[in-house]
Amino acid sequence: MDLQRRRLLAAGAGAALAGASFATYVLAQPAEQVIRISARKFVFLPGEVTLKKSVPVVLEFMALDVVMGFSAPDFKVRADLIPGQIARVRLLPQTIGSFEYLCDIFCGDGHEGMSGKIHVVA
Amino acid sequence: MHAIDRRNFLKLTGLGGAVFVSGLGGCSTMGANMAQQDFFFVQLSDTHWGFNGPVVNPDAKGTLPKAVAAVNALEMQPDFIMFTGDLTHTTDDPRERRRRLAEFKQIVGTLKNPNVRFMPGEHDAALDNGQAWMEYFGQTHYSFDHKGVHFVVVDNVSDPAARIGDAQLSWLKGDLDKQDKDARIVVFTHRPLFDLYPQWDWATRDGAQAMALLMPYRNVTVFYGHIHQENHHMTGHIAHHSAKSLIFPLPAPGAAPKREPIRWDLAEPYRGLGFRRVDAKAQQAQYAITEFPVKKA
Repeated sequence: MDLQRRRLLAAGAGAALAGASFATYVLAQPAEQVIRISARKFVFLPGEVTLKKSVPVVLEFMALDVVMGFSAPDFKVRADLIPGQIARVRLLPQTIGSFEYLCDIFCGDGHEGMSGKIHVVA
Repeated sequence: MHAIDRRNFLKLTGLGGAVFVSGLGGCSTMGANMAQQDFFFVQLSDTHWGFNGPVVNPDAKGTLPKAVAAVNALEMQPDFIMFTGDLTHTTDDPRERRRRLAEFKQIVGTLKNPNVRFMPGEHDAALDNGQAWMEYFGQTHYSFDHKGVHFVVVDNVSDPAARIGDAQLSWLKGDLDKQDKDARIVVFTHRPLFDLYPQWDWATRDGAQAMALLMPYRNVTVFYGHIHQENHHMTGHIAHHSAKSLIFPLPAPGAAPKREPIRWDLAEPYRGLGFRRVDAKAQQAQYAITEFPVKKA
């Protein structure tokens, strides 16, 4: 292998390395924040969640006893929460403030108190 | 959609408020062939028989009988009496649910007027899709005609997810198809058919579909319960009027950090509770609402 060819290969390897670095950089982007919330008669745990404005988040729900619902009307998202299944809801909070969420599937005496708060901070 | 300006809608009279419903697209006179006569009905709602919470109602067992006595004591008896849901307070125990429904039925059986109609609320029906309720009161959705007005009872509670459902929406469409576009139509529901305050579950998941079916009809009024207070709202030309409860009042939409019952007022027992008389005038698509307390001061 002559010198010229070695230089070309080195340059190519560098470029490949740069590409790999870029790929690594992309993969290393902060992943969506995942917040796990459990739902059981008649509470969400945690009942209050704090999110950062403009930072995407995945709320991951697990119903522990009966079918329930998660609804956050201000974010226009909802999900059925089926025991034994994980339900995921993606949010991109854009407005600072406190917003209510609730169970929107009637689940028994105490259902009406089953709610929580999403706080969005700067 | 917007709330009604009370100054334009309310004329306070006598024991309570009389609401003169307007904004009905100028169709205040109807065809002469619709067998219309003046009449009135009484609406009672959200009696929650079986509720136990002395802080919000220390007379939970006495309030419904007092309301029945108050209706029986009206100077004139209504053409019919309508209960718009949550007859009983919910329980996870199916036997207890039936016991409460049976007790409720026994108490309202002492109404002088035998023409009483019922519909369920989510407390009665959501945990068993209306099964127990139907054993005592029959169908959860139906329609009937009375003196030129077509009444439609829409069940938005037997599905615990607060959906009317495709099957019932299809029935509703078929029922409305038989009506003239100028027909006088009154809808009874438990939950609001519009998004009053979804943050407190004061909505119907597919209520917009029902409203779309009702919109072509020029004289439609909706009476509902669920929110334990008076609320008056317009969706286009369609007026929605919610009724007070007969167990405890709830805060105005979003007016409190949580949707929790308002505590019993020792200085003014039964405050915020009551029932209403609704007067229908022949040849007019107007309803005068008069609120009555459970007990006179």
